[in-house]
Amino acid sequence: MGLLLNFLIFPGFLFSAIIGLFASWIDRKVTARIQWRIGPPWYQNFIDLIKLLGKETIIPRGNKFTFLFAPLGGVISITLVATILGKLLINPTQSVLGDLIVVLYLLIIPALAMILGGSSSGNPLASVGVSREMKLVLAYEFPFILSVLTMVIKAGNTIRLGQIITYQMDYGSGVGSLSGMLAFVVAVLCMQAKLGLVPFDISEAEQEIISGVFIEYSGFLLAMFKLMKSMLLYIMPLFLISLYWAENIGIYSLIGKYVFLLVIIILIKNTSPRLRVDQALRFFWGPVTLLASLAVILAMLGR
Amino acid sequence: MSHKVIIPIGPYHPLQEEPEFFKLFVEGEKVSDIEIVIGYNHRGIEKICESKHFDQVAFVVERICGICSTSHPFAYVNAVEDLAQIEVPERALFIRTIIAEMERLHSHLLWLGLAGHFIGYNTVWMWAWRYREPLLDCFEMISGNRNHYAMMKVGGVRRDILDEYIPPLKKALDEINRAVDMFKGAVMDDPVIHARLKGIGVLTYDQAVEWSVVGPTARASGVDIDVRRDDPYGAYNRIDWTVVIRKEGDVFAKTVVRILEMYESIRIIRQCLNKMPKGEIDAEVKDIPPGEGIGHAEAPRGEVFHYVRSDGTNRPIRHKVRAPSYMNVASNKIAAVGQSISDATITLAAVDPCYCCTERVAVIDRFRNRKILDGWDLIRLSQEKTYKLRKK
Repeated sequence: MGLLLNFLIFPGFLFSAIIGLFASWIDRKVTARIQWRIGPPWYQNFIDLIKLLGKETIIPRGNKFTFLFAPLGGVISITLVATILGKLLINPTQSVLGDLIVVLYLLIIPALAMILGGSSSGNPLASVGVSREMKLVLAYEFPFILSVLTMVIKAGNTIRLGQIITYQMDYGSGVGSLSGMLAFVVAVLCMQAKLGLVPFDISEAEQEIISGVFIEYSGFLLAMFKLMKSMLLYIMPLFLISLYWAENIGIYSLIGKYVFLLVIIILIKNTSPRLRVDQALRFFWGPVTLLASLAVILAMLGR
Repeated sequence: MSHKVIIPIGPYHPLQEEPEFFKLFVEGEKVSDIEIVIGYNHRGIEKICESKHFDQVAFVVERICGICSTSHPFAYVNAVEDLAQIEVPERALFIRTIIAEMERLHSHLLWLGLAGHFIGYNTVWMWAWRYREPLLDCFEMISGNRNHYAMMKVGGVRRDILDEYIPPLKKALDEINRAVDMFKGAVMDDPVIHARLKGIGVLTYDQAVEWSVVGPTARASGVDIDVRRDDPYGAYNRIDWTVVIRKEGDVFAKTVVRILEMYESIRIIRQCLNKMPKGEIDAEVKDIPPGEGIGHAEAPRGEVFHYVRSDGTNRPIRHKVRAPSYMNVASNKIAAVGQSISDATITLAAVDPCYCCTERVAVIDRFRNRKILDGWDLIRLSQEKTYKLRKK
């Protein structure tokens, strides 16, 4: 019963959805201010979601089950991550063996959901978006896992996320060391791609393929995808904080760090044009992977 | 990957909010062929012109496009003055030149913003349009309108640029000069923009000549044409300016040409403001004799060409218009093929196809289901704003 409450309310679905939608509002508002606009009121994302829930959901011919299940699967996986991370940050000693790997897998599922949902819709624009998303996943997953590996090595070859947090609480945060810092930079870049924001919003490029993978989605299902993206905006920075920057996990410290990461995300988003998918691939497999490998080597040397 | 998919861009697409249809035949990400369909927005302007008298036609052709709204009347009055051999007062020529260059400035800023939007760089979009505002305020101060200035008239101009308008105009020019400096830095130094725009959508010199492209699209491919210099009209032969040429022919070169042309426009306007003589602003026009006249003008997008034939009545019996985008859009068939979809979209947009749509607005209180503002209220509001601007 307690677990179910954890999953549905705090720190799971309801809590992360509210924080995520609120974070998306901050993103929209700050972006608007940077661009000399006024920006929406704070409740805009909530009423957007409610509006979408009330709209007709059109399901195209094709694989209906995959089409219906993809957005739900995405939201469920993100909720699971939120539950695991939230519980760990409240009490890091509760960690289960291998929860880091579970979280890593669960974090791939949103991208997978977009690929499955997009391809089952059978729209040519969505298929272009799907192929781009696949290439993008291939591009950023490798350096991302390398950067996570850095912290695994630093914390004494553990795959318990809680142990990585307690290690940092005892011996100082990951970003305090050279290898941790490098890995953190790599992870921030990968996070931008995982969130699907400019310069890596290649799979849904509005001006090219009209939102690509989401093109056939409407109503409730689109709302789920939007919710998934908003929750991801809350979960990804939190995951990075607990991996690299967890020397103090008090509530104010967490909020401060989260806002800092959010500002970095928004700044990157607003100061660069969209890359082409081949350029993104080259970027992640070239300089970013090099940087990540360097971080792993430095971590092995104990730096 | 020989499976061909059609990616439709248009007739309604977020890339270009205008009814044009580019059918991209795509293999994987690569565009292997393109089919261009235009003509969704045919309004029969030429036919309408034949039923209006010579003074009214200037207003009709102004409505061809909301962005080049001075180039078309400019070319048209050139044509009628050529037909009737009218001597235009010196001051009117300078005022025409100032208005035409201000239009080039605002049009290039508009394109720069849209180009930023098309490659996902929305900050550039918003900033470029924000710096375009002071210019539109100047238009409003001079003519009472932000977009359709109605300055051109057969034999002269409709309104004078009063002395008290000149200081705020110069101030706005300084502001825009600073903004253009900033955009020049932002575009020419940004490595990601280089990666996105360089070597993309190349139109070589030979192709540019073969497809008869005009304006910045041609000048970015090294074709040295500019009506303002080649067949001077207005006051262009009385001042010192240069034609901007780039050889590369890619999207980056087109961007650079437009940015550097903005500097030239600012130079031209400043010189015109200083050299403008006092005197009449329009000549008295008597009958339009039978005959034919041609006139052209360098619009922001290239050469606008107007042909007018008169049979001695007060209406043209034939009026022919050729707009620059008509020539430029066709060149996409060369420039966009072989690119990936991401590059093809910005290539399609790089010729700056002209959007000619107008919409009317009504603000409605949805709780009380009552109209707050309608078209007439907006007109009244805008007149009040013009009045305020002029008093300042």
